[in-house]
Amino acid sequence: MKKYAFFLGCIMPLRYPGIEAATRLVMNEFQIDLLEMNGATCCPAPGVLGSFDLENWLVIGARNLSIAEQLGLDITLTCNGCYASLQEASVILNDKERRGRVNALLEKVKRSYGGGTQVKHVVEVLDKDVGSETLKNHITRQLKGLRVAAHYGCHYLKPTKIRAHGSSERPVFLDDLVSLVGAESVPYKDKNICCGAGGGVRSGEPLVALDFTLEKVQNMTAAGVDCIVTPCVFCHLQFDLGQTELRDKGRLKERVPVLYITQLLGLAMGLSPEKLGLYDNSVPPAYLERLGITGGNK
Amino acid sequence: MKDSKANRVPSWNLAKEVMSRGARIYPLEDLNTLYECVQCGTCVGSCPSGRRTALRIRSMIRGIQMGYREEVLDTNDLWSCTTCYTCQERCPRDVRVTEIVKIVRNIAFEEGRAKERHLVVANNFIKTGHTIPLNEEGKKTRVKLGLSPVPPTSLLFPEALAEIQEIMRTDGFYNKVIRDKK
Repeated sequence: MKKYAFFLGCIMPLRYPGIEAATRLVMNEFQIDLLEMNGATCCPAPGVLGSFDLENWLVIGARNLSIAEQLGLDITLTCNGCYASLQEASVILNDKERRGRVNALLEKVKRSYGGGTQVKHVVEVLDKDVGSETLKNHITRQLKGLRVAAHYGCHYLKPTKIRAHGSSERPVFLDDLVSLVGAESVPYKDKNICCGAGGGVRSGEPLVALDFTLEKVQNMTAAGVDCIVTPCVFCHLQFDLGQTELRDKGRLKERVPVLYITQLLGLAMGLSPEKLGLYDNSVPPAYLERLGITGGNK
Repeated sequence: MKDSKANRVPSWNLAKEVMSRGARIYPLEDLNTLYECVQCGTCVGSCPSGRRTALRIRSMIRGIQMGYREEVLDTNDLWSCTTCYTCQERCPRDVRVTEIVKIVRNIAFEEGRAKERHLVVANNFIKTGHTIPLNEEGKKTRVKLGLSPVPPTSLLFPEALAEIQEIMRTDGFYNKVIRDKK
């Protein structure tokens, strides 16, 4: 049984527990053990807290990494933002001099980080540890006819030099996952553009962030989709809550429901929509009726 | 005093400031790419924020090169970047545009130029270890889904919160946020 230290972050446990529940259930089906990182904090958020003080961002990131190091495990997580911070921090801290500076601060709270802890997005765990054959064997409910707008988000792929998952211009992993569950990934205009939330824009300039979101949703709707699927918890929030905010401002009539990748996968694996938290999103899961799904056998 | 466009004087001072500050985190050779920018405009043409805000990332890089400190630091545009990295990825001269934006923001933050809304996030972080609070609705949903009402983070372990607060007092972040509140 493969084991990971499960980094929760902020948005998933505090605003979208459905994503946490779905991820735990799906990983359990694949016999991947998620251990708690007791006392972890915010990653810290790369675009907002990183914009305030990069040195503080690095030392708090190192503290989070040190919790996994104590467990003797690599980290997995669900948010592109957390991935951006912890993956980048782990790369920066491979440098001995920078690690020494961080450890001088961690020493004050009786901690240290030795380096080498790997940070893997659940996308990587599904791809590398589970693999497409095993994934296919677990699909009990083909989501035939479901038209999906795949949204990749920014920080899983970029900066490509550090992330090392290949080019960010035409990624395919999410479209592949959508096809794997029997659904259709529908092309739409400006597919790779940001959701608008990152870089402290959602907190600092919420209307600008929503303007990004509106443009994306309009492009998705023009392509005729039933739902949005994303591998990022923050993008998930921006699309799900953001569309409700746009509706309340009178700027959007029809909202498109949003699924996190493990929610989509869980649905195709026969898990019940309630357990996957699909009803706990701000936008109701209208696609379930179309698919004729009322429950689950697990 | 704001430097008006008429009497601003070019210098490398701001660029050097960005380099020395950024080098504490990023490799200096990466940051030195700032000097390689030839103003081709690939960045500004790729920028999704520039489609809807006054952010002109090419001008910002030029402003840093020319040392127009006030113009670069004292503008809302600095905070309109979502750090999507599209400019940095596409830059034919390999300029670390997004990383440079973050370093410039660090300077602005230290000088108390952050937005009030940003300080709310910084304060949440200092007080709880998270950027957002846990509310009753969140707890209820967690329990309904079979999760613990409070996640096993600094919210559940006060000693963990004390640790990061100690770190933030030592590294100066705490003072930057509190001072900025005035």
